[in-house]
Amino acid sequence: MDKTTETPHDHDASESLAERIRQASANGTPLRIVGGDTRGFYGRPTEGEVLSTAEHRGITFYDPVELVVSVRSGTPVAELEDALAEQGQMLPFEPPRFGEASTVGGMVATGLSGPRRPWAGSVRDFVLGVRVIGHEGIEQRFGGQVMKNVAGYDLSRLMVGAQGTLGLLTEVTFKVLPRPGASRSLHLEVSLEEARNRLADWGREPLPISAAAWLEGALHIRLEGGPSSVAATRERLGGDELDENFWPALRDLKLDFFGPGSVSARASDPPLWRLSLPHRTASLGLADAAEDSMIHDWAGAQCWVRSAIDAETLRSACRRVDGHATYLGACEGPGSDEPFTPLPSVLLKYHRNLKAELDPKGIFNPGRLYAAF
Amino acid sequence: MNILYDERLDGAAPQLDKTAIRDSLAQDVPGLTLLHREEDLHPFECDGLSVYRTLPMLVALPETLAQVEQLLKTCHRLGVPVVTRGAGTGLSGGAMPLEHGVLLVLSRFSRILEIDPEARIARVEPGVRNLAISEAASPYGLYYAPDPSSQIACSIGGNVAENAGGVHCLKYGLTVHNVIKVKVLTIEGEHMTLGSDALDAPGFDLLALFNGSEGMLGVVTEITVKLLPKPETAKVLMASFDDIEKAGNAVGSIIAAGIIPGGLEMMDNLAIRAAEDFIGAGYPVEAEAILLCELDGVEADVDDDCETVRRVLEAAGATGIQQARDDAERALFWAGRKNAFPAVGRMSPDYYCMDGTIPRRELARVLKGISDLSEQYGLRVANVFHAGDGNMHPLILFDANTPGELDEAEALGGKILELCVEVGGTITGEHGVGREKINQMCAQFRPDELATFRAAKAAFDPTGLLNPGKNIPTPARCSEFRTIKSAAADPAKQG
Repeated sequence: MDKTTETPHDHDASESLAERIRQASANGTPLRIVGGDTRGFYGRPTEGEVLSTAEHRGITFYDPVELVVSVRSGTPVAELEDALAEQGQMLPFEPPRFGEASTVGGMVATGLSGPRRPWAGSVRDFVLGVRVIGHEGIEQRFGGQVMKNVAGYDLSRLMVGAQGTLGLLTEVTFKVLPRPGASRSLHLEVSLEEARNRLADWGREPLPISAAAWLEGALHIRLEGGPSSVAATRERLGGDELDENFWPALRDLKLDFFGPGSVSARASDPPLWRLSLPHRTASLGLADAAEDSMIHDWAGAQCWVRSAIDAETLRSACRRVDGHATYLGACEGPGSDEPFTPLPSVLLKYHRNLKAELDPKGIFNPGRLYAAF
Repeated sequence: MNILYDERLDGAAPQLDKTAIRDSLAQDVPGLTLLHREEDLHPFECDGLSVYRTLPMLVALPETLAQVEQLLKTCHRLGVPVVTRGAGTGLSGGAMPLEHGVLLVLSRFSRILEIDPEARIARVEPGVRNLAISEAASPYGLYYAPDPSSQIACSIGGNVAENAGGVHCLKYGLTVHNVIKVKVLTIEGEHMTLGSDALDAPGFDLLALFNGSEGMLGVVTEITVKLLPKPETAKVLMASFDDIEKAGNAVGSIIAAGIIPGGLEMMDNLAIRAAEDFIGAGYPVEAEAILLCELDGVEADVDDDCETVRRVLEAAGATGIQQARDDAERALFWAGRKNAFPAVGRMSPDYYCMDGTIPRRELARVLKGISDLSEQYGLRVANVFHAGDGNMHPLILFDANTPGELDEAEALGGKILELCVEVGGTITGEHGVGREKINQMCAQFRPDELATFRAAKAAFDPTGLLNPGKNIPTPARCSEFRTIKSAAADPAKQG
């Protein structure tokens, strides 16, 4: 791109980022990668020199007919989604924004997806390719801008959720999709048990459901698809109309349940946990965390709970059903040393190997995921 | 540059004493079926890319997980390379055996362990056939979406290894999007579970990394896949065009109209004629190209979409549009497409199926390029492809009995792949790199990027015993590739 045409909203800072990494690599200086710094509550605290991607911004390629968009990592998520919306398209995984400054790089590095995830797929399912600066300070390209690409190992999807520990993302290419033709949201007053049963039945039918969350005594459902099927399903399911703004509030953890402001605003609140569970998990059998006081999003596959319950009790309950629990919140609390479920030893060994191979000097967000790397 | 393992370019093969290894395996792995006589080894000398053959040193046919674990431990201890194979239907030589290695055949692991209709998952062994999963899920109104053309025979383990695709990918994704958990054994014989029954798992997304890793990071021993509710209805439209570029543009227009078809396939005239001769699908043999567009979902939406697509196709200049009247006719339309490869095969003693993906906007340029290359090499090329996602399958017709023709076909194939890279695409959309495209990896990736791939491999298999020579080329091979390319570009350098 011609440098003279750059604006603050469209600026390629990859060369200066690469230079910083070369220096850090030469000196063995750990780096703390930051975009909009809105996701700091998710993961372990990292000590290191701040490396900001905030100036590395702009959409570098967008062809709505190809369903492909490439964007620099420091671009705000909101800016990307606005550009897609202008063409009637969207990021189907409905990424949470934890502030106006939330960037694409942070969105990919944390790998969190919103209410549509069980039906549409997660962040990684829509990543087609990345540019990433590795420990040698060279920008490399993996994946690409086409729908199907199986050349080499899938390093682009590996970067999703790696929290910047394997390299610095500078650009990500996504597959995008048309926005649905119609959308309606419903509120059905049913018990948790009844909601589970209904969702299980509906899940085996091709219904246009794109979000399902049970909380406060009611099942909240979103229907998306063709106008005909949405209207017919709306009629069939009954219930009351639900304000569409419910979903962004749930997505961004802004419902009253989460507390005012942000996830970790009130020190007096019990810690917030995210439980990832298989569909149709009947009950975790936790005495200290009443299930009807949780939010059961993703048709039950993602639960939010505020509880002072100890980490090990909660995690063993999740482990029994092949799920896991993540602590979100301030850097103090029963889960803050290990916000992510500890890995089995064999898996930990290969995580360390991979980290050592791709970041031998340990400069990229050390300790962000686990203390061991 | 030959595709067969070349020690000079692919690294020295270990010096192995076949008898000693056989004895060790027999002793360490009780009950293991181990083939060693030449006549028993021949059936395993190639996978679906049958023009390249190598006799394996030994073929192991384990029946229990304990046997696989022990076999890997023994091979690791003795430094014996291991190539894992499923049904052997791969088209890129991903399961091509090594003269100095054990071929680990997992075809006996063919049990469907669990279908859970409430959780909408199936837990299966790696040797289960792709189609068998949908068959088992069918009574519950569910199916497994990825549908490679070989789905009647190919195994799910191989699908994971190659990140296989199919007709449904644009809408339903590749294998990586439909697998939620795998159990693997490392080369050291350690058990690992990647992913989980939940929608995510802590740590790195190793599940994504293992999908498409071509058996080079570990041996997949159990797979849990997502099942989807069968669409209420599926309808297919067939549009004919007198110009292939118009057909290409129609593909973009359908997507621009906000419609994601369940399948969107294109065939050129040569492929249409071949398929029509073979199946009698009712294809218009005079057309330069046909598009098959399948819309699936809820009946009312599908009817709306059929109307929209019909209008888009008319506006795009289709010379004829036909909607299958019933499921029987729909099946017939698809039968021509699904049998296009064998149909083209009847027109020529041999054919070579390529697999590259391009941005759809480059379709006309690439088809023109292929046509020019076809003339230059004097070999006919039929085009059949997944138009919706730009995944092309040029079929190069040749006769292996004519001296030099295989080499020409191989060279032409390589040029087509390089053309895909040139327009911003990739050398493989769904077949994998295997041995077949090992040279073209040097065209798609820079040396430092290939070094990063090797680093990822080293994390799991530092001594390089799992499927050596596949997927990621050595620096020596790329150096040779670049020398040849630069000599070709500059005739003065040619000796």
